[in-house]
Amino acid sequence: MQHDDVIWDIIGNKQFCSFKVKTKSQNFCRNEYNITGLCNRSSCPLANSQYATIREEKGQCFLYMKVIERAAFPAKMWEKVKLSKNYEKALEQIDENLIYWPRFLRHKCKQRFTKITQYLIRMRKLVLKRQRKLVPLSRKVEQREKRKEEKALIAAQLDNAIEKELLERLKQGTYGDVYNFPVHAFDRALEQQDEESESEEEEEEEEEEDDEDVGQREFVAEEEVEESDLSDFEDMNKLRTSSDEEEQDEEEESSEEEEEEEEEEEMEVETKTKASRSKGKSPANGTAARKKRAYVEIEYEQETEPASKSRTT
Amino acid sequence: MDITEVPVSPDKKGKKKKNKKPKKTSVSQEGNGESSGVEKMEEDVKMEKSEAAESAFPPTFSVSEIKNKQRRHLMFMKFKQEKRKQKMQLKKKKKKEREALGDKAPPKEVPKTIENQRVYDETTVDPEDEEVAFDEGTDEFSAYFNGLTNPKVLITTSDRPRGRTVRFCEQLATVIPNAHVYYRRGLALKRVIPQCVARNFTYLMVINEDRKVPNGLVLCHLPDGPTAHFKVSSVRLRKEMRRRGKDPTEHSPEVILNNFSTRLGHSIGRLFAALFPQDPQFVGRQVATFHNQRDFIFFRFHRYIFKNEKKVGIQELGPRFTLKLRSLQKGTFDSKFGEYEWVLKRHEMDACRRKFQL
Repeated sequence: MQHDDVIWDIIGNKQFCSFKVKTKSQNFCRNEYNITGLCNRSSCPLANSQYATIREEKGQCFLYMKVIERAAFPAKMWEKVKLSKNYEKALEQIDENLIYWPRFLRHKCKQRFTKITQYLIRMRKLVLKRQRKLVPLSRKVEQREKRKEEKALIAAQLDNAIEKELLERLKQGTYGDVYNFPVHAFDRALEQQDEESESEEEEEEEEEEDDEDVGQREFVAEEEVEESDLSDFEDMNKLRTSSDEEEQDEEEESSEEEEEEEEEEEMEVETKTKASRSKGKSPANGTAARKKRAYVEIEYEQETEPASKSRTT
Repeated sequence: MDITEVPVSPDKKGKKKKNKKPKKTSVSQEGNGESSGVEKMEEDVKMEKSEAAESAFPPTFSVSEIKNKQRRHLMFMKFKQEKRKQKMQLKKKKKKEREALGDKAPPKEVPKTIENQRVYDETTVDPEDEEVAFDEGTDEFSAYFNGLTNPKVLITTSDRPRGRTVRFCEQLATVIPNAHVYYRRGLALKRVIPQCVARNFTYLMVINEDRKVPNGLVLCHLPDGPTAHFKVSSVRLRKEMRRRGKDPTEHSPEVILNNFSTRLGHSIGRLFAALFPQDPQFVGRQVATFHNQRDFIFFRFHRYIFKNEKKVGIQELGPRFTLKLRSLQKGTFDSKFGEYEWVLKRHEMDACRRKFQL
């Protein structure tokens, strides 16, 4: 005999029900045939001998019904009815099958059916949209690659490579007449080039000494240009079409050229650092001093610079 | 208890440390530790275990067989010092010989580097190879290299990009002339591509993002050109660069492509070259570099200035990043049905440290 009240009395409140999940505010029922998913007197499939549910299998919805007449045959307890794919027709089917059943079950069945069809529609839509493919990363592999990249970066010596390439292009004449280095076309031998660069530097020295006597002492960020340098970079003037920074570049580089007299080899590293430092400081100074000053001043504390030239401030 | 018999092997332990502790080796023989104390017993046991001495080595002895950690450590240090000393002596000898010979000395040995030891790749391009030249004359880039088309680049991201990626896109757009950034907004690439073709874009660049950081790049040459998929790492935005200059101007930069030696490398190199307009404006003095080293492609953007004919100064502007090629596909982007020319297969290709693909 099926005594629903007794069953509910036992599993509902007092003793254990294996389908019950308790949370702080509510109790849930994990039974697959439960229609609402909550643990209630009216929703418990064990404590109601006349019960109905909607369940979905691979996109197909079925109506399951349980009546008290079949309570003695557990294998045949649930009657399964396939619902049509048409939403209205399926609702009619539910109504027709659950005619004369309690209002609660009918209503909840229809609600559940609606929800199921909604999520099925969404699933079908999502499949058509772009799906994100998740690719797992292996930490070991990533670390290995990172290390390899660092070593490759060190091995690459990018700055040197770029400079070499640029100088090669200059030699091959891809720049045409843009850069007017007077000695370039004639000399291939290293020694000759060295001699001339030394002689250039000597000229610079003399002029610089003259200028030192004459010039004023001012705190200037960059833009100290010597006339001798200017003559070399005459064509650079033509290039100063667009932006200030080009001017600043040239002037920085030319000011650094004087320092090159002493330290020829460490040039490139230093010039870059000085360029950067002066660049860093110029906005603070605020003076975008104009070019074509006749004297040279190197303002910043540069440890490698010999004492004769440094004017630390 | 006095030592009556001393077995031969422990005698050879002539090291000072050992000598400090009196040798009571016969204890082990007699089996009784008397006044010698427990420690000596242990010591002797260890002595036995370590077999013969440290100084006169039987050939099967290794430092790792000593059970006592402190002693093992000491022995190892001594071993290392010995080795180092020998190495220094060898070096000195060689140097002396070299000086003695003077000019007739044999040339200095070049140290082995990974680049030196690289396994020869049979697809390395020979500069005079006719087949390669023919291929390059008729492939998808021939239109560009013959001056027929001008590059026009569309830069976009994956869905919902975060701040860093957006800024990266913007900076890329300043670096590459004639580049436009568009928001993705959930569009499917397959639909985007015909629209781009219709508007005469030559390149589609999609930057993939993961956790607010760009980590992938899909570069698609548009009128059904090859599609390359890269892994992006070490992205450095402009404001994170030290000692950088002002923003890049609108002049077209020059392009430097280094070390693309194999056939695959060549095609990738052409892929990059076709991003930029054919005639660089030397007025701008800007140069974009793609440098391949051990299959990592480093991108840098510099401004240069020639101080004299032997020296050039460069100043880095612009973003920098590294790329690693993951796959090269023949047509436009089609991950399911596309025909892949090359795919990175880690197990095969990463197995040998001296073998590189690009």
